Amino acid sequence: MSKTRHKKIRLATAWLGGCSGCHMSFLDLDERLLDLTEAAELVYSPLADIKELPEGIDVILVEGAVANTDHLKLAEQIRSRSKIVVSFGDCAATGNVTSLRNRLDLEDLLATVYQEGPGKISQQDELLPLLLPKVLPLHQVIPVDVFIPGCPPDPERIWAAVTALLEGRPVVLSEKMRRFG
Amino acid sequence: MTQIVTIDPVTRIEGHAKIALYLDEGGRVVDARFQVKEFRGFEEFCQGRSFWEMPGITSRICGICPVSHLLASAKAGDAILGVQIPPAATKLRKLINWAQIVQSHALSFFHLSAPDLLLGMEGEPAKRNFIGLLQKHPEIGRNGIRLRQIGQAIIRLLGGKSVHPSWTLPGGVGDPLSPEELSEIKSMLPDGFHIIQLALDLLNDMLSKYEAEIENYGNFPSLFMGLVTPDGGLEHYDGLLRVMDSEGRLVEDKVSPEDYRVIIEEAVEPWSYLKFPYYKPHGPDGLYRVGPLARLNICDFAGTPRADRELRQFRRLSPGGTPVTSSFHYHYARLIEILFGLEKIAETLEDPEITDPHVRSKAFVNQSQGIGVIEAPRGTLFHEYHVDQHGILQKVNLLVATGHNNLAMNKTILQIAQRYLNGSRITEGVLNRIEHGIRVFDPCLSCSTHAVGQMPLHLQVLNFRGGVEVELTRD
Repeated sequence: MSKTRHKKIRLATAWLGGCSGCHMSFLDLDERLLDLTEAAELVYSPLADIKELPEGIDVILVEGAVANTDHLKLAEQIRSRSKIVVSFGDCAATGNVTSLRNRLDLEDLLATVYQEGPGKISQQDELLPLLLPKVLPLHQVIPVDVFIPGCPPDPERIWAAVTALLEGRPVVLSEKMRRFG
Repeated sequence: MTQIVTIDPVTRIEGHAKIALYLDEGGRVVDARFQVKEFRGFEEFCQGRSFWEMPGITSRICGICPVSHLLASAKAGDAILGVQIPPAATKLRKLINWAQIVQSHALSFFHLSAPDLLLGMEGEPAKRNFIGLLQKHPEIGRNGIRLRQIGQAIIRLLGGKSVHPSWTLPGGVGDPLSPEELSEIKSMLPDGFHIIQLALDLLNDMLSKYEAEIENYGNFPSLFMGLVTPDGGLEHYDGLLRVMDSEGRLVEDKVSPEDYRVIIEEAVEPWSYLKFPYYKPHGPDGLYRVGPLARLNICDFAGTPRADRELRQFRRLSPGGTPVTSSFHYHYARLIEILFGLEKIAETLEDPEITDPHVRSKAFVNQSQGIGVIEAPRGTLFHEYHVDQHGILQKVNLLVATGHNNLAMNKTILQIAQRYLNGSRITEGVLNRIEHGIRVFDPCLSCSTHAVGQMPLHLQVLNFRGGVEVELTRD
């Protein structure tokens, strides 16, 4: 990566409804994480302690599908505060395993859960993060600039995409790097 | 009027959660709740699918411990087939499981918790993360990367990919181990042994500095549960269930994992969808802990030379030889388990049978139910499947490690909050201490909410903005 840049890129990562596997694959960049910190500043991530999504993000990797109203709200904030939004992994790109519940009726699903425990849960309150009736891929909620498919995307394709983004180049993934699963 | 302080989201853990602290008029903490904010629905949406698909689907429950779900699912599948899997397959499954213990524990210690331990519990929040650690202590950070990489690389060599490999299946594993792969794994181990020794020294040198934390971070008597080998040794893949109390008495021993429902029941609290498992004979207060701390407490010995030496050291933490009760020592227990995992990997690679090409037993559905159990990095994991004659799932129950620790995590954050927090002194640093009380358990919330989400009781959704936001009203 070019190290002549004067100002560090403001990089962020976020997770919505998923398993964190894409973040784990990101950590599989291993020693390359050191190169990354040369070029970019991590301004927000579930792996760091800044609790509020900041303004002025250059690139954000978003893992997971949109499954509840919290995700919906965060997705909207992400769009309004970021230049480039990356749909990171299959759950963000298609809904994937997170959306396997879509064939079930949400009320039936919750009713099953309520009845199964020996205790009882009071009615779901309207101010709480409500589950969406269907789990949605990210681009159905906000415009997305880049897709990195994979369950999870392997570190090589993450590196190919992230280095391009940090250097201001278009992301061009080879055919092999565009596969789902 | 009561004051509620929230920490939202809890960071440097896996998954979505917040903490709500309830303070009375005098600013004293009266209650603390660890609230998990997600819903996955795995147990429900898997009904109607084939049990053959379950390893691939359930590994997607968690990106940190996919191998645990793969293995528990495959073992439940073995039981449905009614087969004994080939010896080489058992050994290979154990190998990938220890590799996962190494990578997952390395992640917990270096990437998620070391920023608190080495940069300060109340250190600067913008720097208090793994990147900050790499900048301040580059050697330690690089070692963390390397140790985790070794575990991930072994998983990749065996399973084809490091996250969500689909190599384990009912009846065995997909491919045998080649001699080339074997020597590649071997070549990585010296680095691993070197780094884990440095990490153990590092932590041991720090312990005297953390006496207050050891005393207050989830330090209470409880039961401990996990698997042990038939002769009482440390176990992660098979074995029998044991429950020990904090005096060291065996409350349960040699319980077949298939009978887990005899000793475990799950409760529901009105403020959370997340279930609260408890030790059945003690009723809903039957709090028990699982995971590294529990496993080291309940076993009679580790079974490898270096881990046994460390275990003896670990046991000196509790005068009188009773179980170690501080949850802060999950960190130490985790490092000992990494050492144990590396030793077991080295030992297993010397077994000539490990490269045997016969790695799969084939059969059709012979049993209508199967229970698969495994020690995941975070504790005992159960997969229970009921199928029809075609192998179509009629009922699925998953009881996961983080769920077992739910009661203990709630008790831990209450203890820390009562020790460090009062109405007149609410700082970001103190709130981070409370979060660390969750991090010691290394919870995996995508796992724990496989079935159910969470719902706090109170009405306000509170945000945490660049410091502390206090919500003031609640009747």
